Amino acid sequence: MSIFLIAEHKDGQLKRVSLELLGECIRQGTTPTCILMGSGNLEGAAQELGKYGASQVVLLENAQLAGFSNEAMANALHAYLSKQSPSGILMGASWLGKELLPRVAAKFQVGIASDCTEFKLGTPVTVRRPVFAGKCSKQVAFTGAPAVFSVRPNVLPVGEAKGSSPKIEKIAADVGSPKAKLTEVLASGQKKVDLTEADIIISGGRSLKSADNFKILFDCASVVGGAVGASRAAVDAGYAPHDIQVGQTGKTVSPKLYVACGISGAIQHLAGMRTSKVIVAINKDPEAPIFQKADYGLVGDLFEMVPLLTEELKKLKAHS
Amino acid sequence: MNILVLVKQVPDTETKIKIASDKKSIEKSDIKWVINPYDEFAIEQALKTKETLKTGTVTVVSMGPDRTVDALRTAIAMGADNACHIKADQELDTYLVSKALVEVIKKENAQLVFSGKQGIDDDQAATFGYVAELLGWPSASMVIKCEVSADKVAVHREVEGGTRFAIEMPLPAVVAVDKGINTPRYASLPGIMKAKKKEIKTYSLADLGLGSETPKTSVSDFALPPERQAGKKLSGDAATQVKELVKLLREEAKVI
Repeated sequence: MSIFLIAEHKDGQLKRVSLELLGECIRQGTTPTCILMGSGNLEGAAQELGKYGASQVVLLENAQLAGFSNEAMANALHAYLSKQSPSGILMGASWLGKELLPRVAAKFQVGIASDCTEFKLGTPVTVRRPVFAGKCSKQVAFTGAPAVFSVRPNVLPVGEAKGSSPKIEKIAADVGSPKAKLTEVLASGQKKVDLTEADIIISGGRSLKSADNFKILFDCASVVGGAVGASRAAVDAGYAPHDIQVGQTGKTVSPKLYVACGISGAIQHLAGMRTSKVIVAINKDPEAPIFQKADYGLVGDLFEMVPLLTEELKKLKAHS
Repeated sequence: MNILVLVKQVPDTETKIKIASDKKSIEKSDIKWVINPYDEFAIEQALKTKETLKTGTVTVVSMGPDRTVDALRTAIAMGADNACHIKADQELDTYLVSKALVEVIKKENAQLVFSGKQGIDDDQAATFGYVAELLGWPSASMVIKCEVSADKVAVHREVEGGTRFAIEMPLPAVVAVDKGINTPRYASLPGIMKAKKKEIKTYSLADLGLGSETPKTSVSDFALPPERQAGKKLSGDAATQVKELVKLLREEAKVI
């Protein structure tokens, strides 16, 4: 099998998902050729890949690969890979991976599978991917080569760090003529924990009654270094911004702890948080469907209970 | 300007998913079909763009069985000028769907294509990029702001972690929108009347020169995840329940 792993990095710092995919390929008996794209500063990431078992790393270098041009990257990858007869091309399902690989698949005129949670490098290559925000999953088999797929971060373990220096090949990449231009990187404005990466999420529903009241959730989350989420009802009512919405039309999250405050538990919301390790529900209505999915249920007024929880967590932090 | 919107008809978000007996799809009876929520934002953005430019037409295109026409008529009732239906009774993969959409985009001579950032059924988020690459057009996804002029489109996109990029693309281009870009309008009564009578162009894959094409992936083994079981319901006054919760989270669940 000739497998190519596109290793994602940020300013030369390797993303963890790249090591997760490298580890899984090696466990299946195939050491992939790793590809790093950028402009300079890729050596460190290449050595890191070697440490985790990569024997061959290809550096595709061009100033236009330092930005986030999906066209430049797809052109560079295709120019290189079309000469390698790849049987599989994979990458982490970051926003970049999900956006880049469809272009790569289109170049090869082959199938594409996004955000897979399992893959099997065989003939054919097969993957499993959640659909309907995880309400179910399906197996996808590729009928031709290369199989092009992205894999969800934090699902597979990182392999063992017992490798050595890889063979590094530097190539001046052919990026073609990309048309979209990045004109500005706008500051995010908020230095907050990203919802999809948070270990603890305190989430609120329409019962919060106003945007101001969400403050009690932020206070609670900040004590434990967590993030705040919201139900669709809360977002649609204007109490919370859309980028913190959890559910089928928002984000799918899998924190260690998900605290649902005043969230009844609509199917579309459950789809977005059902894979959380521990779910806590705080709700006035003892019949709320969320209690059917919660590991721990608290029946009561969230305006009373959330500040109490914040205080208890503060005490805990003070003692540890 | 000819603006085209890629629309998918999907099960409503409140649908409880059941698996069909052959495990090759979900059970499709008893489903309320709606326009993919992200595509509603795309339709709205297309209508807004036409209003701002004070010229142009908005054409919606969708692929699927006969019921798909309902989604197209809803889009016309919202204000779209024309609709194209690519009739396909079976679910096809991203490759074949994209190929078919590209043929319609060419036939309609579109300069700007909108779509939602992903379908909430298959969650692939791949069609707009596949289509853009087949056409050789630039594309941007997760777009939360979009300004179109005669020959270019300027967008803001927001990616994971709240980072925002400003991107400029010459037309023709593909723009995939996210929630938050606008508030989709409701269908108007005159719009609903118009939608009932509107003739919808219908194409088969053969009409689009794709009669002999086959998908590049096959699906099987649809499976439901294990059900979560209800756990402990705590009792006592608020302070007692909260104290008990923190103790359980620390000692039993070991998550804090």
